Formats: sequence, structure tokens, C-alpha cells
Amino acid sequence: MAIFMTILQRLTYAALLLIAVLVLNFTMMNLAPGDVADTIAASMGGADAELMDKIRAEYGLDQPFIVQLGAYIGRVLSFDLGYSYFYNAPVTELIFERLPATLLLVIVAQVLALVIGVLLGVFSARHPNGVAKYFVTLFALFGYAAPVFWTGILLLIGFSLKIPLFPVAGMSDVTIEGGFFVKALDIAHHMVLPVITLGSIFLALYSRLSRASMLEVLGSDYVRTAKAKGLSPREVTLKHALKNALPPVVTLAGLQFSAVISGAVLVETVFSWPGLGQLALTSILARDTPTILGILFFSALVVIIGNLLTDLVMRMIDPRVRGRA
Amino acid sequence: MKMIEDIPPKARSPFSEAFEMFRRNHAAVIGLVILLSIIAIAVIGPLVYPGDPFDMVWIPFTPPGEQGYLMGTDYLGRDLLSLLIHGAKVSLTIGISAAVVTVTIGITVGALAGFYRGWVEEVLMRLTELFQVLPTLLFSMVIVSLFGASLMMITLAIGLVSWPAVARITRAEFMRIRELEYVTAARAGGVKNGRLIFSVILPNALPPIIVQAALMVGSAILFEAGLSFLGLTDPNVASWGQIIGSNREYILDASYTVTVPGVAIFITVLAISLVGDGLNDALNPKLRQR
Repeated sequence: MAIFMTILQRLTYAALLLIAVLVLNFTMMNLAPGDVADTIAASMGGADAELMDKIRAEYGLDQPFIVQLGAYIGRVLSFDLGYSYFYNAPVTELIFERLPATLLLVIVAQVLALVIGVLLGVFSARHPNGVAKYFVTLFALFGYAAPVFWTGILLLIGFSLKIPLFPVAGMSDVTIEGGFFVKALDIAHHMVLPVITLGSIFLALYSRLSRASMLEVLGSDYVRTAKAKGLSPREVTLKHALKNALPPVVTLAGLQFSAVISGAVLVETVFSWPGLGQLALTSILARDTPTILGILFFSALVVIIGNLLTDLVMRMIDPRVRGRA
Repeated sequence: MKMIEDIPPKARSPFSEAFEMFRRNHAAVIGLVILLSIIAIAVIGPLVYPGDPFDMVWIPFTPPGEQGYLMGTDYLGRDLLSLLIHGAKVSLTIGISAAVVTVTIGITVGALAGFYRGWVEEVLMRLTELFQVLPTLLFSMVIVSLFGASLMMITLAIGLVSWPAVARITRAEFMRIRELEYVTAARAGGVKNGRLIFSVILPNALPPIIVQAALMVGSAILFEAGLSFLGLTDPNVASWGQIIGSNREYILDASYTVTVPGVAIFITVLAISLVGDGLNDALNPKLRQR
């Protein structure tokens, strides 16, 4: 019962947080000079004052701010993110159209970064004097200090222009014909460089933390006990140490949702990947208010749901968390 | 007998002790030297190396070293070396001022929350969480595009999305220190809350905040580079990120116009993070042993 109460509490809190995000976004857009009527007028090639007033009345822009805000929150809560005058399509449709491309990129990059990062961290912790240690340090420094878009451009120059191993841009080649398998292979081919670029930031983070976490666990009493009772080093590492070294890494991964979105915007721009990041950049440069608001809301939603899921995963893998409310 | 007299009593100031710890970290010292050189280039460079970086000086895409242009020219025929020197000033200025904004907001929020607790803490920490779920890059992109791409607005936008981390550290330090005996003693002695916060607790809470602030300068430089790469930048000022962004379409003709400014960003941020590590060793010796 207690677990349900906790979940209910978390959900209510998440919902309130989301509404606060809506208020903040809407207020910010309202503080800026210019409004939707300007965008529409611009797309029509100009409008006189009378027509502008008409447009403002039609979209409720002549109402007091608080009324507009209420109406906006009401619309979003009924899953209506509005209509984009720039793309001539509902914002929800625009977002869901681009979501799969971004999800594919982000999930593959994250999973690879997490798996390789943990493997590298564990390996270098078990061989503290080996070469792996320097790899981890080097990765960590590079991942922190190199601008992600620059990493992407370097890979592009190296493995796409100088040595033409991978395609320069996009997600698939329209000229390729064939069944599902051929197309999937084509997408995978396009994905290699973007995934490496996006993953590089997080690989650095995860390998460093899992190394530190693993070193700490390997020095603890119960690991010594496990060794003393004659377990093989492999069993000690996998069954005893890794289990306790993982939770901090999972927590860190769960905190990266916002950073992942930021990274995706830059990586998608470098590789012309047709995802949400591209949509965000185009709509921001075009000042397409409904789309901007929609993407900001959607991103915050992703971060909040991501945090809830991380919490849930932590409860599953770390019994110590379960005890806490 | 004389030898014993020669050894002075070990009473060193905390400052010289910290300096000693920092000096022992060789990577941090190297980082500091690199960083100081870059600062020197940013300050002295524009005076020594004449000319407006935006002037067209030679044929576009002149490779490095030819015609006396050490770094070559970019797609508009601008001297890349001149752009890099001026860019150093812009990128460092934004990095440092954005870090100042971040730390100012972060310390204020964190100190008030950690000192007063109760409803003040509740409200401020909810606010912190609100800013933590915002997608940082997207949010600052929107701010810059809505309110104008001036250096000031870019600095504010970076500060506005980056402060939660500082607020959390400050709050944790304040919550720990406010329960210590010397704070209770000061309180019993009739010290007012304002002085308690700024003169009694804050100086002792500073070490981890200083480390965080140093690292913030690096993140802010990266952040600004990302924004200007995307075109959300003041077109009249050449930061390193902007050089990369504006030359990006010509990497086939001249890849050095993109790789070289990137190396500049990379080395600067690397130096800052090494210095940050060194500061951590110097200021939080207990943390290092963990």
C-alpha cells in the first residue's frame, strides 16, 4: 500500500511541476516582443492594423494575460499543443513525426555509452595498474572538454569526406530499394557517426563513475569475505561487486535526460538527422511560437518522466532506496 | 642545537597550505600555465596583432602558412589567426561572466534555502527543481532568439539554466555548517542573520562552490560555443564557436577553419577542468581521500 501512496505522491508532484513549466514557458514567450499575429502577418506578406486586430481577436490575443495563460494550460492538458502557422500542421503531429528518429539516435547512443562505459570502468578498476586506467582518464577528459558538435565535424571530415566509409548526412538513402532488412541496415549505416558523437560525452561520464564506484566497492569488507571464501575473481566482480557499484551509475544516467536533449540538438544539426532537435532549431529561428512551446513542453515532459522511471529502476535494483519514502 | 632552532614552528596560513596542495598536482599546474597563456593572448593579443578580425585580408580558403597568414583565411577571406585571438577574448569573457551569474544566483538561492529552512527552503527548492527539468540548451536558445542575441543576453541565458547545481551544493553546505558549534556560538553572541549568512557561514561553505565555479567557466564556454554554432549569436562578435558555425558548410574546401577553433575550445576547457581538479585537491583535502 505504501508503495502506491508514494507513486501517487510522485505523480501528483510531477503533474504540478509540469504545470509550473507551462506557466514559465508561456510567460517567457509573452514577455518577448512580437506575438503570433506578427508571425501570421509575416507569412501572409504583411497585414494592416485592422487585420492584425482581427487576427489577435480570433486567437484570443486581446484577452488579459491570465486568461490566455489559463486557456493555454487547458488546451495542453487536453493534449492539444496548437497549430503551427509556419509548418501548416498541428504541433502534436510535427513532434510525433520526428520523435522516432530522435528516440532511435538517443536510445542507441545511451545504451551503448552505458554498456561500454560500465565495462570499461569495471575492467579498469579490476586492473588498477593497467592501460585501461589511462583510457578512462583520456576518455573522461576528452568527453568533458571537446564540444560535441566539433567531435561530430571531426568524425565527418575523417570518416565521411577523407575516407568515405559513412554517409555525410541524413538518416536513410531514398534510392535504396529492398526489404525491411536492407532498409534497417541502411539506417544503421547512417547512424554510426551520430551515435558515436552523441555517445562520446556520456561514455566519458559513465566510465569514470563506474570505475570510481567499482574501486570503492572492491575495497569493502564483504568483497574481501567473498574472496576469502574462495569465489573466483569473476564471480566476485559480477555477483557481489557490480551489483553494488551500479546504483550510482544508474542515478547519474537518469540525471542526463536534459543533457541528452541538448546533445541531440547539436548532433542532429551536424549530421542533418531529421529529428526533434532539427525541428526545434528551425522553429526557434523562424519564431514559430506554437511549435517552440510544444517542444519545450514535450522536452520537460520527457525529463520528468525520465526522472520518475529512474526512481522506479533504482527501487528495483537498490533495496536501500525502497526503505526511504 | 642550532638545527632545532632553525626549524620554524609549523603555523602556516590556510592559503599557503592550499597553494602547496595545488602545486603537488602537476596536471593542475600545467593546466594553470596553459590557462594563463590563453588569458594573456586574449588580453594582449588584440593590441599586438593589429587589424579588425572581420576585414577581408586575402583570397578565401588560403591554407595555413601561405601568404604570411599563419592560420590561413576563412570562407570570407578573413585572417583566421586574428579571428582566433579576438575569439579568445569573447569566449573567455562569456565563460567567466556566465559563471559569475550562475554562482550569484546559485549561492543566493542555496544560502537562503539552507539557512532559513522551513517554507523558504520548500519554495526555493521547488524553484530549483523547476529549472532542473527544463531542457537547458533549448531553453537558452529560445531566450536568445526571443530577446536578442547580444553577449549580455547569451550570458544571462547560460546563467539562468545553469544555477541549480550551485544552489544544491550551497544549500547542502549551509545545512551542514549552520549546525556546527561556532555558528551556534556566534548566534548566541547576538550576531544577526545577515552577518551569520555572509560572514560566518558563507566563507566556510566556499571551497566546494569555488571548485564548481571554476568548472562552470568551462561549461559556459562550451555552452556558448554550442549556441553560436547553431547561429544563435551576436553576428558582430567572433567567438570560437561562431567561427566554427559560420565555416561549417565549407569543411570540404578548408577543414582547418573548423578544426583549429575547435582545438582552441578543447584546450581551454581542458585546462580549466585540470585547474578545477587541482582546486578540488587544494580546497577539499578530505574529499580527495574518499
